[in-house]
Amino acid sequence: MGGKTKEQKQYQSLEQKHEVKRPVLKNCIKAFFVGGLFCIVGQAITYFYIYFFNFTEQTAGNPTVATMVFISMLLTGFGVYDHIGQFAGAGSAVPVTGFGNAVISAAIEHRTEGFVLGVGGNMFKLAGSVILFGVFSAFVVALIKVLLIKWGVI
Amino acid sequence: MLPMFFWAFVVGGLICVFGQLLFDVAKLTPGHTLSLLVVMGAILDGIGLYEPLADFAGAGATVPITNFGNTLVHGALQEAEKHGLVGVLTGMFEVTSSGISAAIVFAFIGALLFKPKG
Repeated sequence: MGGKTKEQKQYQSLEQKHEVKRPVLKNCIKAFFVGGLFCIVGQAITYFYIYFFNFTEQTAGNPTVATMVFISMLLTGFGVYDHIGQFAGAGSAVPVTGFGNAVISAAIEHRTEGFVLGVGGNMFKLAGSVILFGVFSAFVVALIKVLLIKWGVI
Repeated sequence: MLPMFFWAFVVGGLICVFGQLLFDVAKLTPGHTLSLLVVMGAILDGIGLYEPLADFAGAGATVPITNFGNTLVHGALQEAEKHGLVGVLTGMFEVTSSGISAAIVFAFIGALLFKPKG
């Protein structure tokens, strides 16, 4: 890569001058509170499954995630999740409800193209990368760990 | 019970703040951020740190998307204990299935019930 031309440098400084500074601290506080609230709701659902459906602290995470995705469907369908997302940024994207929102909003958005090609084909348009990198990294991590155990390293 | 709610709030909130910093400071897209968080969850479980966090913070660790990576590794390792190397593939979705199944089922129901806006 060669050095930048004078014009490019000028443009860059101009760009920096006019770029709207993101209110990082404010965004972080919003993300903290909204994300934390989602987790409190999740914790309440976890206790619900422990007390009424005989799950343990370890296994209650699964039905909790499913329930959170269900809530996410309702919030997305009624158009509430978009508003939460605009306010909270990562606070609504990072909890599993954000994953649900990505899948569900893509499904609803593409239903006009039909259920097979539209809904089926586009459902994982946004969430696909999360599944891909989750599965692939989990494969690598688990493989390394299993091999290390097999060879007696750990 | 109350401390659990408190730590779920704090830990879950902090993971979201980390995601927000990846948005704002590292200027990553949401897709990149979530992928990165999932990979981190997988690695954290690989080195044995995610389970203690989940014991400590409950839903604060199981609700953020990092848990997806954690449960994938968990399922793979559980099956690998029983069946050796091939278990890494066969067990991958063992624990995670609820999240993916729920997402698919509810997304389809959502598409049946709701019409796109705008």
